[in-house]
Amino acid sequence: MIVRKERILPLKGKVLVTKGAKVKAEDVVAETLLPGKVVPFNLANKLGVTPAQLEKYIRIKPGDQITKKTILAENAGLFGLGIFKSEVHSPVDGEVESISAVTGQVLLREPRIPVQVKAFLDGVVTDVIPEEGVVIENKSAYIQGIFGIGDETTGELKMLATTPDDEIDAGKIDESCRGKIIIAGSFVPYHVIEIARKHGVKAIITGGIDDQDIKKLLGYDIGVAITGHENVGLTIICTEGFGKITMAKKTFDLLKQFDGKKASVHGHTQIRAGVIRPEIIIPMEFDESELVSKEASLPVLEIGTMVRIIRQPHFGTIARVTALPEELTKVESETMVRIMEAEFDDGTRIRIPRANVEVIES
Amino acid sequence: MQYDEKRLTRIVATDCGSTTTKAILIEYVDGEYRQTIRGEAPTTVEAPLNDVTKGVINATQELEELARLKYNNPNIKFMENGEFIIPRNGDLGVDAYVSTSSAGGGLQMMVTGVVASMTGESAERAALGAGAIVMDLIASNDKRMNHEKIERIRHLRPDMILMAGGEDGGTIKHVVEMAELVAGADPKPRLGSSYKLPVIYAGNKEAVSEIEKTLSEKVGLIITDNLRPKLETENLGPARDKIHDIFMEHVMQQAPGYNKLMEWTQGPDHQQVPIMPTPAAVGNIMQTIAKDEQIEVVGVDIGGATTDVFSVFTEDYVFNRTVSANLGMSYSISNVLASSGLANIMRWVPFDINESELRNMIKNKMIRPTTIPSLLEELVLEQAIAKEALRLAFEQHKEFASSLKGMQRQRDISEAFSQSTSGASIVNMMTLSLLVGSGGVLSHAPRRFQTVMMLIDAFLPEGITRLAVDSIFMMPHLGVLSEISPKAATEVFRKDCMVYLGTCVAPVGKGKYGKPALYAKLELPDGSVFEEDIPFGEIRLIPCEAGKVAKATLKASSGLILNAEKAKELSVDLHGGNVGIVLDTRGRRPFVLPTEKSDRIKYLKKWMRELKAYPEDILV
Repeated sequence: MIVRKERILPLKGKVLVTKGAKVKAEDVVAETLLPGKVVPFNLANKLGVTPAQLEKYIRIKPGDQITKKTILAENAGLFGLGIFKSEVHSPVDGEVESISAVTGQVLLREPRIPVQVKAFLDGVVTDVIPEEGVVIENKSAYIQGIFGIGDETTGELKMLATTPDDEIDAGKIDESCRGKIIIAGSFVPYHVIEIARKHGVKAIITGGIDDQDIKKLLGYDIGVAITGHENVGLTIICTEGFGKITMAKKTFDLLKQFDGKKASVHGHTQIRAGVIRPEIIIPMEFDESELVSKEASLPVLEIGTMVRIIRQPHFGTIARVTALPEELTKVESETMVRIMEAEFDDGTRIRIPRANVEVIES
Repeated sequence: MQYDEKRLTRIVATDCGSTTTKAILIEYVDGEYRQTIRGEAPTTVEAPLNDVTKGVINATQELEELARLKYNNPNIKFMENGEFIIPRNGDLGVDAYVSTSSAGGGLQMMVTGVVASMTGESAERAALGAGAIVMDLIASNDKRMNHEKIERIRHLRPDMILMAGGEDGGTIKHVVEMAELVAGADPKPRLGSSYKLPVIYAGNKEAVSEIEKTLSEKVGLIITDNLRPKLETENLGPARDKIHDIFMEHVMQQAPGYNKLMEWTQGPDHQQVPIMPTPAAVGNIMQTIAKDEQIEVVGVDIGGATTDVFSVFTEDYVFNRTVSANLGMSYSISNVLASSGLANIMRWVPFDINESELRNMIKNKMIRPTTIPSLLEELVLEQAIAKEALRLAFEQHKEFASSLKGMQRQRDISEAFSQSTSGASIVNMMTLSLLVGSGGVLSHAPRRFQTVMMLIDAFLPEGITRLAVDSIFMMPHLGVLSEISPKAATEVFRKDCMVYLGTCVAPVGKGKYGKPALYAKLELPDGSVFEEDIPFGEIRLIPCEAGKVAKATLKASSGLILNAEKAKELSVDLHGGNVGIVLDTRGRRPFVLPTEKSDRIKYLKKWMRELKAYPEDILV
């Protein structure tokens, strides 16, 4: 499919590439300077005078550039003779923001901090938003995860699982995994994550993960699902959810097909207000004329559609829709819901709430 | 501006929520106001439509269609050329259109004060009362270093800031210092950068000129009356009004389509009726009802992400609202587990479950928030979690809804030995008359009995308390409607909004399981009589229809009392409801569940069976 990514600076700045340019994931495409940290500093207290008196002794004015050597204020010393004279030096390099005669406080601003935005995926710059960023497109194999932790990273895919329900053995992870994105099957326990971290693995893709292992890894429990900026040394992407859950066969097969290829991944997850899910993007060879994305359409639930069940019972399994009755139906919990009837591969049939399935796009 | 029933015969009210726009039709028929029709459509504030009025039109169209069907009259029409026809002329048009809004994340504010528990808390109360989510309270004494405060202000990006601090004639230095930190942080508004961030100053009036000097260039500064002019007085009205004005003028202007929506909301004489933030409207209707019926009320709205608690207490009808931003049933469900602890959730579950299985189930609900518990066990677990979310939100509310802190009180000799201090909670469960629940887990529980069980277990009502749910979450609409017609709002509230579930009778005090606790004799409207000496640690459910009353004689055993006057005997009328009258002798202050697990499960099953909460097969 055609993947389109906006790469935007947090503040206005400079775009470093032009429209049509071919970029690599690691290339910097835009940069800017963030305003420095503001450091409040009570100058009157330091000098031992009242805020109103400060004016007499101050040596700076708003807008002045300062270094740690700059004298911000000094008094005249005993009897105005310079005996026991005290000087107050700036605690930081930067600029004077403001001076207050009410509180005796000065605000100093540290130098600006450079920020760079990388391309994140190999592709073509198809649009430039002046001073803000760029749009990068490519043709990729694309997989959306369900939950993740850790930031954007890139690396070569390395399939370690033999089947989608495999639990990889710690012994499979060695120095050959350094800098790679490894693929586990249904589950990855804490000790395996630890070993992966030790061997410099960039990311792990797994079907499921245990809630307590995530807690051990982060040092805290995730209260609300806003993740992606954790700094635990690697990125983890769950494709199915929490607990031991077999990876969807389609996902597994796709990852296997691209074993050894470069991929861009991230663990960003946000459930409320504009859903964000982790992504696995595997760029493919393409011609620029192919960069016409299909019109976005919502997946439709209809008879014949393949669905994945995303809540107990039958969590994680795949079925084919056989009927979509209109009327509300009572399920075991006595909740009245719209249901669907579906059939598993082995021919067994079930009735489940429509809210508890995801359509698998063909 | 208020109108009577001659001028208001047909009204459309909408609530533009973050996902759905809900429209209701209110009509004056046969001498009373009734809510007659409702419709809904997805909210259209985000891409691709980017215009909130599209959702309003869609929801209103559904109303029109249903009205035509209901009255078998194809000529009924509320809108023409995409706008409301006002006033009504026969089949055409409506007399008023009013609306509330919480779309786009509602109103997000940051507040500042000098002492966190005094001016800071007053500022927080003003913001919450105006319907805001308070992102942070920054105070001179909040233990963060100044540079940390600046960093925090810079990162928050609120819709506006409310600054309080200093009683009139009090500290100037601390208030100005806070203004300097705000100026240094140079905060930017959340929506759009085309305007300056509104900052309302409601602190020491003698600091005004310094505040202007410090802030007027950097932010959109608005000065209003001090919200805490003296330590012993709170004056939140002017600050709250300013928040509403700015919400309309600045914040809403930035949200797509709101310019148009603001012109649409008007009464029969084309006078504007301001759009209200949804929680402010809910607060409005609760206060109206409390004053009208002269009762104390607690209301709760439990959502996927947040839980709002509203209360009106004391003879002055003091209103309080709290938002527990991280207690909810889907998005924040895992935070409920983190805040309450596993043991507190498990104490409500009448069966064994593997701990890691439960934890993973909760996390899976968090990442797939729209799924529905299909298995009975999962429903029981979700309702156990709901009890804890409600309990925690109510605890936060009780702590916040307090008398003013920092005051010196004159005490008479009778008070000299009591423990009451300034800052004590004004929430008194013994004098509370009505507890109203709303939000999916309460309003859509498969059995209303479950709603009653969740409300009682979470809030632990004391003495005699009526229980109700908001049928379709109509309180926002009625809150904004009460601005132009309190009569219409209260009539609809009583007849169509509230679903009365019944009354809970809970004697307060300690007892021993199995020992006598309450003698109750209920003469029911159908002529039958319920009479029993109920032991401690039991629940009884006596059916009594909504609108009917049972005449009760109640006698509490030693160690237990029945009301705020500490009565041990009472003859009272108990109101019925869809569920009935619940007699709860499990004790209060403290309310304790049996510590032994097997005992606890035995009793839980007994109570759930008595309350008809779940099917028999899960309780055997």
